[in-house]
Amino acid sequence: MINKTKTFPLGGVHPPDNKLSADQAIKELPLPKTVSIPVSQHIGAPASPIVKVGDEVKTGQLIAAGQGFISANIHSSVTGKVTKIDDIMDHTGYKRQAIVIEAAEDVWMDDVDTSSEIKSEISLSPEDIINKTHESGIVGLGGAMFPSCVKLKIPEGKKAEFLLINGVECEPYLTSDHRLMLEKGEEILIGTKIMLKALNIDKAMIGIEDNKSDAIQHLTDLANKYSGIEIFPLKVQYPQGGERQLVKALTNREIAPPPKGLPIDAGCVVFNVATTFAVYEAIQKNKPLIERTVTVTGKKIPNPANFKARIGTSLTELIEAAGGLPENTGKVINGGPMMGKALASVDIPLVKGISGIITVSDEEAKRKEVIDCVRCGKCVFVCPLGLEPYLVARLAEKGNYDQAELEKITNCCECACCSYICPSNRPLLDYIRLGKTTVLQKMRERGKK
Amino acid sequence: MNEKLLTVSLSPHTYNGNSVKSIMHGVIIALMPALVVSIFSFGMDAARVILLAVVSAVLFEYLIQKFLLKVPITIADGSAIITGVLLAFNVPSSLPGWMVVLGSFVAIAIAKMSFGGLGNNPFNPALVGRVFLMVSFPVSMTTWPKPSWSNFAHIDGTTAATPLAIIKEGLKNNQNFSEIISEVPSYLELFLGKMGGSLGEISALALIIGGLYMLYKKIITWHIPVCMLGTIAVFAGVLWLVNPQSYPDPVFQLLTGGVMLGAIFMATDMVTSPMTVKGMIIFGVGIGILTVVIRIWGAYPEGVSFAILIMNAFVPLINRYCKPGRFGE
Repeated sequence: MINKTKTFPLGGVHPPDNKLSADQAIKELPLPKTVSIPVSQHIGAPASPIVKVGDEVKTGQLIAAGQGFISANIHSSVTGKVTKIDDIMDHTGYKRQAIVIEAAEDVWMDDVDTSSEIKSEISLSPEDIINKTHESGIVGLGGAMFPSCVKLKIPEGKKAEFLLINGVECEPYLTSDHRLMLEKGEEILIGTKIMLKALNIDKAMIGIEDNKSDAIQHLTDLANKYSGIEIFPLKVQYPQGGERQLVKALTNREIAPPPKGLPIDAGCVVFNVATTFAVYEAIQKNKPLIERTVTVTGKKIPNPANFKARIGTSLTELIEAAGGLPENTGKVINGGPMMGKALASVDIPLVKGISGIITVSDEEAKRKEVIDCVRCGKCVFVCPLGLEPYLVARLAEKGNYDQAELEKITNCCECACCSYICPSNRPLLDYIRLGKTTVLQKMRERGKK
Repeated sequence: MNEKLLTVSLSPHTYNGNSVKSIMHGVIIALMPALVVSIFSFGMDAARVILLAVVSAVLFEYLIQKFLLKVPITIADGSAIITGVLLAFNVPSSLPGWMVVLGSFVAIAIAKMSFGGLGNNPFNPALVGRVFLMVSFPVSMTTWPKPSWSNFAHIDGTTAATPLAIIKEGLKNNQNFSEIISEVPSYLELFLGKMGGSLGEISALALIIGGLYMLYKKIITWHIPVCMLGTIAVFAGVLWLVNPQSYPDPVFQLLTGGVMLGAIFMATDMVTSPMTVKGMIIFGVGIGILTVVIRIWGAYPEGVSFAILIMNAFVPLINRYCKPGRFGE
C-alpha cells in the first residue's frame, strides 16, 4: 500500500519539471582516456595527494588522503599512470589541485567486488560501517558534498530517531536519482539498512516526489521485505527536497534556521538516495566512491541521458555522449536550474557532487530587464522559510545590514523561489546572498570579540 | 582559444515567465465582463467615458515620461490602461469629457508619476482621481443616468438614484424604512446590475466573474476581497439585527455601491495593498469597517473609495508589523 502524500506547509513554487531523460536507463559511459581528479571534492580541507607523478595506480586505489575531521579520501577512478599533479580549473571555476591519470586497461583493486550480485547480509559493526564510509571517501551526492561519515557519528547529547532518505529530486530536469531508485532499488534499501545499523536506530523514511510514481511503487513493493523502512510520496512542490522541508514534511518537526539548527536537532539524519547507494557499494562491495550517476540534459541537447561515469571524466565527454553541445548554448549548469551553479567551462572534471549537467540556450541564459518592485508580495508567499525576500533584498541593496539581520536574512536557504516568481525580474536572491554573507561575517567578528 | 564563452550567473537559471505586463494584461481581461455590462447598460456614453479615460491616462503617462521625467516609456505594461478603465468605472456615464480627462490627469500625474511611477505609488491612482472628481464636482459625480434595462427611474425619468442614495435621502427625510426599501431594486436585480450607479460598479455578477478569473490566474489571492466583504456582511448584519428598521440588511450592503468593484479590483491592487497574509486580512477588515461606518454615519452615501484610500495609507505600517511566521522559530 502506498502511503498518503505529504508535503511542507509554507511557500514553494511549481516550476515545469522538464524531466526529459526520465525514461532513459542509466548507461555506462565508455572509460575515459584520461581523468583529472580534483583533491577537493568535499566541504572542508582538501585531501592531500599520496601518489606522485609516474606512479602506477589501480582503479579504486587511494590517491589522496582526507585531512582532518571534515574531509574525504579520494580514490583513483581508473587504472593507469599519474602524469601530472597540477592546478586545473574545476567545477567552482577556480584552478585547484588535481591528480591527472592516463588510463590503461581497467584493473580494480583486489578486494573490490565488481559483480552485480546483490549482497544483503550486513556483517560489519556500526563502528566499522562508519570507518568504512570514511575510508571510501563518501560525501553527500545531492550536491552538498558533505562527508557522510560525519553525519553518521551522532554528536554528544544528541539523539537520532529517524533516518530520512531523500529521493525527492525536486529540481527540474534532473533524473539521476529517479533512475537509480528504479534500477538500484534493492541496493538503496540495503544501504538504508546499513545506515540504520550505523546509527543504531530502526526507523527510516524515504521521501519521493509524486511525479515519480513508478519509483514510489517500486520501492514500496521492495520495502515489504525490509523492516523499518517506509516510503512516502511527497507533493510536487519545489523545494520539497530541501533538508528543512523534507524533515518537516516527513516528521512534522521544524529545524531552527542556520547556523544553529541541524536535522539532528529534530532527531533526523538525512541522506540522498545516491549517497545511500554509494554506502551500499562501499560497505557490501568494498567499492570506494569513484563513479556516480549523472544526468546530461537540456531542451536542445540531442539525446538527454543518464550516465554512470567515472569521477574525473571531462564533462565534455559526457556532453558528447549525449549528442554534443547544442549550437547556441549560452549556459551550462552544474545541478538543477533552481539551485545549480553555472559553469565557466565544460572542460572540467566530473566531481562527486555533480548530479546533472543542463545546457541552456542563449536566449534562456539571459536575464530579463529589471523593473521596479510592484509590491505584489509573491516573493513573501513563496518563501518556504517565511522571510520577506523583497525586504531583506532591499536592505542588503542599501547596505543596511543590521536591519537585514533583524529581518532574519541569515535564515535564507537560497532555494531561489523568490527570484523565480518575481514579475519585475528583480535579482532578489543576488542581493540576499550579498547581505547574508556580509551579515554572517559581521556575526563571526562579533563572536570573536 | 576560439571557444564561445558561457554565461556565468547566479541561480536561479529559470523563471516562471510571469511579468508585470502579463499580470496587468490579466487584470484587463478580468475587467472585460464589467466593461461589457457598462456599455450594455449605459450605451455609447459609457464607451465614450471609458475610451476618454484610457486614452488620456496612457497619454499623460507617455508625455510625463517622455518630456518631464525623461525616463523609459512604460505605457506598454498596461497599468495606465487599467487606471483609465478603473477611473471610468468609478464615474457616472454622463460625466462631461473634460472632467474625465482631468480625473485621468490627477490619477496618473499626481497619484502615480509624482511618486515615481508603477510600484511606488502609496495610493490607488484611479481612486485618487475619483475622489478628486467627487469633492470637486459633487453634482456631476452623483447624477446617475438610468441603465437602459432598469425600471427604476428617478425624478425626470432619465436619471436614477443609486440604491444607497435612496436610503440616505429617505432617512434624512424621516421616511419610513420599509417605504424606502420598497423603492430599491430586488436582490436579483442588484446582483445583475439593474440599478443606477457608476459605470463599472453596477453588476456584482460581472465583477465576480472577473475576480474568479484573477484568482484562477493567481493575480490576486482571496484574502483581501473575502475579508473585506465578510467584514461588511458581519458589521452591517449586526447593525441590521439590532435595528432592522433603520439599517439596511447585509446583502443589500454587499450588492450596492462600489463594494464589489472595490473589493475585487481596487483593494487588491498589488502596489497599494499589504504583502503578507496577516497584513491582507487586517487591510480587508479595515476597509470593511470603514466602508460601513462611512455609509451609515458619514455624510456620503458611499464609503468604499475613502475606506480603501485610508487603508492604503496604513499599508507601510501594516507591512512593518505583520511579519509572516518564520519557519523554525
